[in-house]
Amino acid sequence: MSIFDELGTEKVLSLYKRMTLLRRFEEHVYFLFLQGEIPGTVHQYQGQEAVAVGICDYLSSSDWITSTHRPHGHALAKGIKPREALAELYGKATGCCGGKGGSMHLGDPAVGMVPAIAIVGGGNSVVTGMGLAFKLRQTGQVAVCFFGEGATNEGAFHESLNFAAVQHLPIVFVCENNMYGASTVYHKVSLVENVADRARAYGISSEIVDGMDVLAVHKSGGEALSAARTGKGPILLECKTYRFVGHSRNDARGYRTKEEEALWKERDPIVRLRNTLIAAAGISEAVFDEIEHEVKTELDEATEFARTSPDAIPEQALEGVYA
Amino acid sequence: MTETGNNETIHENNFVENKRRLTISEALREAIAEEMRRDPSVFLIGEDIGVKGGFGGAFGVYLGLNEEFGPERIIDTPISEKAIAGAAIGAALMGMRPIADMQYADFLFECMDELVNQAAKMRYMSGGKMSVPMVMRAPVGTTNRGAQHGQCPESFFMHVPGLKVVCVSDAYHAKGILKSAIRDDNPVLVFEHKLLYGSKGRQQAGGFDLTTYVPTEEYLIPLGKAVVKRNGKDVTIVATHISLYRSLAAAEELAAQGIECEVIDPLSLVPLDTETLWQSVRKTGRLVIVHEDTLTGGWGAEIAALAADECHYYLESPIKRVATLDTPLPFAPIMEQAVVPNIERIRSVILSLFE
Repeated sequence: MSIFDELGTEKVLSLYKRMTLLRRFEEHVYFLFLQGEIPGTVHQYQGQEAVAVGICDYLSSSDWITSTHRPHGHALAKGIKPREALAELYGKATGCCGGKGGSMHLGDPAVGMVPAIAIVGGGNSVVTGMGLAFKLRQTGQVAVCFFGEGATNEGAFHESLNFAAVQHLPIVFVCENNMYGASTVYHKVSLVENVADRARAYGISSEIVDGMDVLAVHKSGGEALSAARTGKGPILLECKTYRFVGHSRNDARGYRTKEEEALWKERDPIVRLRNTLIAAAGISEAVFDEIEHEVKTELDEATEFARTSPDAIPEQALEGVYA
Repeated sequence: MTETGNNETIHENNFVENKRRLTISEALREAIAEEMRRDPSVFLIGEDIGVKGGFGGAFGVYLGLNEEFGPERIIDTPISEKAIAGAAIGAALMGMRPIADMQYADFLFECMDELVNQAAKMRYMSGGKMSVPMVMRAPVGTTNRGAQHGQCPESFFMHVPGLKVVCVSDAYHAKGILKSAIRDDNPVLVFEHKLLYGSKGRQQAGGFDLTTYVPTEEYLIPLGKAVVKRNGKDVTIVATHISLYRSLAAAEELAAQGIECEVIDPLSLVPLDTETLWQSVRKTGRLVIVHEDTLTGGWGAEIAALAADECHYYLESPIKRVATLDTPLPFAPIMEQAVVPNIERIRSVILSLFE
């Protein structure tokens, strides 16, 4: 039985819709950023949608994730509403962090996401404590740590993987290997070809996953999370993926070739799933159009919400420093 | 020697032949290139600094250096701050003169052990037999990036005996003092403000032209020699980075109200040029310290304590500090502006001294 058949058309369509939401959200954010409506900078997720969507589909709101400086996709996939995420990017009081976090620190305890940690490797160490709490309390919860391949050269990656291993913590470490840490290509900063290979050094299991195929991520993610939930964690998944856009704003991407970009764009996870849906289930254009329409409506509403929301209140900058 | 706000007096007197204006970025790049040509033991180490088609470091300071010096001396690293700092320290112990790069000063916390336990103490622990002649460059300053990409952590390092701390605020002094820092036999942290690198921060800096005259002739600016940016008789303002420019703007406004501010850029916090500072405070009888680091335990507190010691009988009003309020940096621009010192806050604090 194929993964598609196992999941059923309805589930696959829901994954498609969620990936579409992540993609259109980012395209929309980029447009708003260029228009000067969003301050600061943005690190965007186009191309990597299959990873966040495939993994988070298995998580409930009582499971937790950590994220990085590139958190928009993780936030939406974990259940933060586009309007709350967008309002946060605008620095509005109605944002998911009340305007105090911003693009790099999206998060919300209500959906199981600590504020994204924009220090490379920061989530890798913190997630061990989350897993430890679940283990000590025997809750059956799991924690997922999303991180890039760049983080694997931080001490935090190694110390945390080892600690999680010896404690058998209910954690899935999900590496999104998009090949570039800012402008630096991975093979120039590691002689180990695959991040997954590093798991052996810590005595845990790992798997290389096609991060451009949401069904593959969904399958491997589901197995890893089930294992982690039943005391067989931690597990390291390496999702091979690619960011279609620059590291942040003003990145002309001169460090990689147009040919390489074109090659990866051919593997666009959304286009691929669309083709699968057409071939395997005969989904019609009208269905895809309807999904696009629903996503657009939600984003239009989110934009209106963000634009018309009250600004963060300056005096409140002083509140919330201590509990 | 007295200088005006943008160091034009000194340059017009001494370097009439070679008038050219540089940004801080360009000045730092020249300093590094000159020192690398002069001394083969100088090398650069950091993330994204020499990648072909890349950024030339997070803020473009190194653009073009890879073409001249090649990857042997412009060493791109993994995202491994402990390795960057540790490698710089180890190489320095073996007689090299590394310039290490942190993309954001916030990331220095990733290598605190190396800087605080290793770099700062090797000279002392070895009974003076070894030294760590390295430079660590680190960009500071809030720019709507939220809590983890805008901190000004200079004060942390000022607290550690064995480390030197430099804050550069204009191109002329940036070039000269970075060259001195590279030749210094101690670990020197050089903090630079992101909004001052080019000319784009002009508006936030109160409209000041952020380029300055930089001579083509070689020159050095010593550590431990403060710069009087504006002369005045009524109040001394000590400030760094963008707070220096906001202080100069406040001083300009106050002059119209009859208050003459003397504005001093300490240039290095360690060593600190107390002579220039106290000379000014004893003249004006008032002291205000302005910095973008948070208030409590910030370097302004140290200067205030020293001044209370050294200038007690000359003070006509309490010493005041204008600093970022004691919160993590909020993202929303309207909140950020509320916590970071601005021209209006500096002006009103100074006015309060004369009420």
